[in-house]
Amino acid sequence: MSKVTEKYPLDTSEQRLTVKDPHPRHDTQGDMDEHERLRRAMANFAKNMNRTTATYMEACVHCGQCAEACHYYVATEDPKYTPIWKLEIFKQAYKRETSPFGFFYRLFGLKRDLSIEQLGEWQELIYDSCTMCGRCSLICPMGIDIATLVGQARHGMFKAGLIPDELHEVAQRAKEEGSPLGATASVFEDRAEWMADEHDTEVYVDEDEADILVAMSSIEIMKYPNAIGATAKVLNALGEKWTFRTEGYEATNFGMMAGNTEWQKAATMKLINAAINCGAKLVVLPECGHAYGALRWQGAAMYGKPLPFKVQHISEFLADVISSGRLKVKKVDQTVTFHDPCQVARRGGATEAPRVVMDALGVNLKEMAPTGDFNWCCGGGGGVVTIHRADKLRYKVFELKMEQVEASGADTVLSTCSNCRQSYNDAKEHFQWDKDMESLLELVADNLVE
Amino acid sequence: MGFYNSPNLRKLTMDLLDFARGPALQVAALIFVAGLIWRLLHLFLTQKKTDISEARQSGSVGGGLRAIFSRFRHHEPFRKRTRNGTILAYTIHIGLAIVVLGSAPHILFIESFSGLGWSPMPNVVIHFAAALTLAALLTSLGRRMSHPVLKMLSNFDDYFTWLVTTLPVATGLMAVAHVGARYELLLAIHILSFNVFLIWFPFGKLMHSFIAIGSRYTTGVTFTRRGAKV
Repeated sequence: MSKVTEKYPLDTSEQRLTVKDPHPRHDTQGDMDEHERLRRAMANFAKNMNRTTATYMEACVHCGQCAEACHYYVATEDPKYTPIWKLEIFKQAYKRETSPFGFFYRLFGLKRDLSIEQLGEWQELIYDSCTMCGRCSLICPMGIDIATLVGQARHGMFKAGLIPDELHEVAQRAKEEGSPLGATASVFEDRAEWMADEHDTEVYVDEDEADILVAMSSIEIMKYPNAIGATAKVLNALGEKWTFRTEGYEATNFGMMAGNTEWQKAATMKLINAAINCGAKLVVLPECGHAYGALRWQGAAMYGKPLPFKVQHISEFLADVISSGRLKVKKVDQTVTFHDPCQVARRGGATEAPRVVMDALGVNLKEMAPTGDFNWCCGGGGGVVTIHRADKLRYKVFELKMEQVEASGADTVLSTCSNCRQSYNDAKEHFQWDKDMESLLELVADNLVE
Repeated sequence: MGFYNSPNLRKLTMDLLDFARGPALQVAALIFVAGLIWRLLHLFLTQKKTDISEARQSGSVGGGLRAIFSRFRHHEPFRKRTRNGTILAYTIHIGLAIVVLGSAPHILFIESFSGLGWSPMPNVVIHFAAALTLAALLTSLGRRMSHPVLKMLSNFDDYFTWLVTTLPVATGLMAVAHVGARYELLLAIHILSFNVFLIWFPFGKLMHSFIAIGSRYTTGVTFTRRGAKV
């Protein structure tokens, strides 16, 4: 008589009959033993510990309220998705190694040393189930910015070679080829030329001098290239002296999302050098959430001094030129709702900009509930959309978004992040849903007053 | 002669009371102050990272100060889902504040080392607040042990902090009601339990009373610079 393990009970509730999800298996990179992985994980987590992050590590009272803000917990009610729990092993390591009473913890063995199994288990919590959307940071009664701590934990995980393979792969491609998705400089030039023809407009590339440097996200270049034409149409309508530069045309920063500070810096420096090389006074970033955070808020730290130019997300730029009367748009008879990209709105402070633009377009805006700074994440940020094993969970949390959109009564969803758009369209296909997500920039470009 | 009236026991009780409010309190206060200073100093000595990105708006210090107060209340979209925890937390904190700062013996104690005194609240208010606080503390323990999230997050610090917070409240109520033992003995136990509270304070999460100010302020400054919601 055969013995059947109960470790993985049968799951007959799904279309595909199998056993229930086994314990999440983790990926590894590099050739190092377990001790070395552990040492690297903790050393690199602690390396970037500063007064702010140390204060955050000390402030938690385990009230658990952050769970109520997290789309992963709310959608699944699985307590392991409680945001501060995602940092539990790092908190333990901090207390043991760096905290004011670390000596006592070590002397009396009060905080156990971490194991490689724990780190592997936490890979899912740090990468697959956190988009660093920062909703938890808004709810925390202690004011802990949990998303920042998750970013720091990723530094440790990357150095230990413990990140999801897909995210590592795209981050490495970005470092070596200039794009996580194969949008190399020559591919970009081809696309720029194509979009110039398609939109019957001038697309400037590698101009020696320009007031404005523009960058795109690889997702736009490869999947939504109309963004190139739309940006060009807007800037040309304004009569701006602008350019793309092939040494810095791509604004995404997968090094940052993967947790590799060196790769993050390399990507950021490409944009900074491109702007300096053409004498740009302003860098306009594309419809991409994390690209905005990477340059607008973290760029100066990577550069080591204040940036010698201004940085705007395209939605801020559009709001400014529309508010000042420099750009005129036609009225659009459309009922829409707006998805706020977390890194631009909640984490970036540009929540009102797209609403100024939509107001000028005269669309019938039906806000989601909650909206603006409290809007639910699309579930694909922070590199999560690249991770295949996270798909099922991502679709589950996307149900929150679908409920929001349906309840708004709008026909179309507008947004200003191509990563959100990609996640949204992928989930739309998965659920065979009928609601489209469109680009606000493209809507503006299609409705310019000539 | 009843058990509690035995002269030896009375002497023992008085000795215990003298110990509790004498050397034990002094040692506890010393550990409290030294631990507090060390834990805060450790944070201040940790390298500060300066944000050199261009601020969207000025007034970040004001934003930090505002955050210290604004985080006392959840933003509207979060209130429904956090109602139970918030009510419990407020009951415990306000109840403790009333009992500690409103009762006559506590005011006399504070006056004895600080010189600051004020009029006490009526006893009925103090007793009601203490009973409500105790009920809230018991409920919070039950919730911590049964709520999936809290159960998973909780560690020794959470339960021990609960214990050292609850004991002074419970023993204080017993002393006032003369329940369980002689008043002097209950008072000695009450003061000893407070001493344990003081000793534990710098080591565990009771430090949130101080650190939360820094944490809220820091986040307030960061997100005010960005023009984002705090």
